[in-house]
Amino acid sequence: MSKKKVSAKINGQPVEFLCEPRQSLLECLRDVIGITGTKESCNDGNCGACSVLLNGRLVNSCLVFGVEVEGREITTIEGLADWQGLHPIQQIFLDRNVVQCGYCIPGIIIATKALLDREANPSEERIRSWLSGNLCRCTGYDKIVGAVKEAAVILAKEKGV
Amino acid sequence: MKQFDYENAKTIGEAVNLLNNSSKNVRPIAGGTDLIPRMRNGLLEPDILVDIKNIPELNILSINGDLLEIGAAVPLYRIYEEERITKSYPALIDAIKNIGGIAIQGRATVGGNLCNAAPSGDSIPALIVHEAMCIIAGPTGQRILPVEDFCTAPGKTALGRGELLTTIQIKHPPHNTGSCYNRFIPRNEMDIAVTGVAASLMLSMDRTQIENAKVAIGAVAPTPLLVKAAGEVLVGNAPTEEAWGKAAIAAQSAARPITDVRGSINQRKHLVGVLTKRALRKAYLRAIGEMEI
Repeated sequence: MSKKKVSAKINGQPVEFLCEPRQSLLECLRDVIGITGTKESCNDGNCGACSVLLNGRLVNSCLVFGVEVEGREITTIEGLADWQGLHPIQQIFLDRNVVQCGYCIPGIIIATKALLDREANPSEERIRSWLSGNLCRCTGYDKIVGAVKEAAVILAKEKGV
Repeated sequence: MKQFDYENAKTIGEAVNLLNNSSKNVRPIAGGTDLIPRMRNGLLEPDILVDIKNIPELNILSINGDLLEIGAAVPLYRIYEEERITKSYPALIDAIKNIGGIAIQGRATVGGNLCNAAPSGDSIPALIVHEAMCIIAGPTGQRILPVEDFCTAPGKTALGRGELLTTIQIKHPPHNTGSCYNRFIPRNEMDIAVTGVAASLMLSMDRTQIENAKVAIGAVAPTPLLVKAAGEVLVGNAPTEEAWGKAAIAAQSAARPITDVRGSINQRKHLVGVLTKRALRKAYLRAIGEMEI
């Protein structure tokens, strides 16, 4: 089975890669392109460790084939920080010692970005429901939810609302 | 995962031609949220996957006059983010907000939920009470099938070789109509229904009588079922707790659940009754405009 060429934009950069049709976007990111911030855990769509944004929408990259992203834009955890420093969501996760083992955190930060890009001031219930597809085996949910609330306030201030 | 060929169909005709292949196992892929895990687990081993997401007609989400059209490749979030749809089709919205979490809803489609034909597929009882119609393209042309006839057995549908579900059509509900889908699961999100029930009610102009009613049940039979008897006991009666109770008994007698890892026969029978009453209460409140989605 021959490999297919796929052209996409990853973290703002045009990228071309070759993959087998059976390779997931997650495998393409990690094993073909070599950006490993996005994590594999359940490989089944249950845990959210592999969350990325596909055309701005939260998806599980294990449930997308690489060949399906032709012409699409993808944002991974590597795309959040810029030359000025960490993204405010990353910074508050660091400042509040949210991270335990850390394996779920790239996915949770991406899912948080997807939420806060849409809703400036989500309720705690909304945050918990939004993050229901992201499992933390260390069960550190309270600190995560607290940091998401703080990130919402910081981002709202930055946007001047 | 076994190797396969990927074909990116641009038209319905192209997809139908690819699917109409007698020598190879060909499957369409829309959101892929059920298909990909099943392929990974070796439960499905297609030779060719036909991506139907880039066919314009399958991405249509429109309300024309009194007809809602949902293309088979439209992801769930597009439906519940459309205010005109959330107001008029509350049972469908209840159901699709229950499918997976946000990341799943970014990919998964109502068409896919229907074509999976899982007994527990959340959107199917909702589509049944909304009286949805399936538009199917095939090698010999197009046909239309009521949604309650689409699923034929667990994982099996009425689709023949070369046929593709292209669109789900739903007529706008009349005035004084309300609907609801509710289910029982052990957690609040990201789970598969132990039992699910959808109901819709149309009231008389003075709202004292039920003029039309539908009840559909999920995860308690090989396919989601329209319970005609439950609707019939309601029509002509006043919208009261007593009426909901009668419909619940009718729904329970139509249920023929199995015991499995998610629940027992007795629990599911009990749940059908409880969830039918709850669905009817909510449908009633929505019909009289006292409850939002």
